Amino acid sequence: MRHKSKKIAFLGLCAGVALVLAYVEALLPPLYAAVPGIKLGLPNIAIIFILYRFGLREATVVSFVRIVAVTLLFGNPMTFAYSVAGAFLSLLVMTILRKLDFLSIVGVSVAGAVFHNVGQILTAMVLLGTAELGYYLIVLAITGTISGLLVGLCGAMAVKRVFIKNI
Amino acid sequence: MNQNNTTMPTAKSGGRRFRNDVIFIAALLAIVALAGLFVFLFRQPGDTVVVTIDGEHYATYSLNENMTVPIHTGQDGEQINVLIIRDGQAHVQEASCPDGICAAHKPIHREGESIVCLPHRVVITVHSTSEQDAPDIVT
Ligand SMILES: [Zn+2]
Repeated sequence: MRHKSKKIAFLGLCAGVALVLAYVEALLPPLYAAVPGIKLGLPNIAIIFILYRFGLREATVVSFVRIVAVTLLFGNPMTFAYSVAGAFLSLLVMTILRKLDFLSIVGVSVAGAVFHNVGQILTAMVLLGTAELGYYLIVLAITGTISGLLVGLCGAMAVKRVFIKNI
Repeated sequence: MNQNNTTMPTAKSGGRRFRNDVIFIAALLAIVALAGLFVFLFRQPGDTVVVTIDGEHYATYSLNENMTVPIHTGQDGEQINVLIIRDGQAHVQEASCPDGICAAHKPIHREGESIVCLPHRVVITVHSTSEQDAPDIVT
């Protein structure tokens, strides 16, 4: 029982870290604003850490809490749908690749970042009824690869170094 | 309950994963480069701008005429995106949306390029009205 509440508290802390990372990212100058949706995805550092340390269920819960909080603070219902689709497609792909176990955290993170963008673009295509948005995928796949590398390296470092007793 | 399966990778499996990472990322970038090349080769310059709101056609404008179009959305039309067409290019001058991504987007003029305002559900896309918009490829 003690372990369980400790785990919940720790996951709450992770959600808080993800939220702070989302805020930091929102503060960065939008020098990449030529195409919508290009983001570093810093909150994914926390999500990848949880995925590797705990599992899909925990990562899903924390990801959802983070998105709800970010939406309430800086978003709107449209960006909510968009974020949820991206986050869950990304988590799904990362979980499958992690189970297959042929890539390191960095490779898994790159795939996660690219599929985050795929999920967002597909949602925008459905919600806005335009197929032309597919062009964005080309740009977003490249930026997703770069941000996925960065996030993956940070996530791998966190998995390697952050240990809390009895969780 | 506790899945503490963060075993340290051995040097061997770490090396194998690293090699797979490199192959995976190279393959990903190769696919993207091919797709980009394909789009670059087959995309034609457009001549009209189509505005859709909520997925429904709102208006079509020619890229050859300079104009300023305020696009009002929302229940009382309180949301606005100002579309500017100048010198054969279209861009959003200003917008009341919270993210401002549409206003930051670079001007568009090639077929298929679009500016999206997700909060206002406005999509501005360049189209080509010329008859040969899809080149017939005989195989
Ligand atoms: Zn906008």
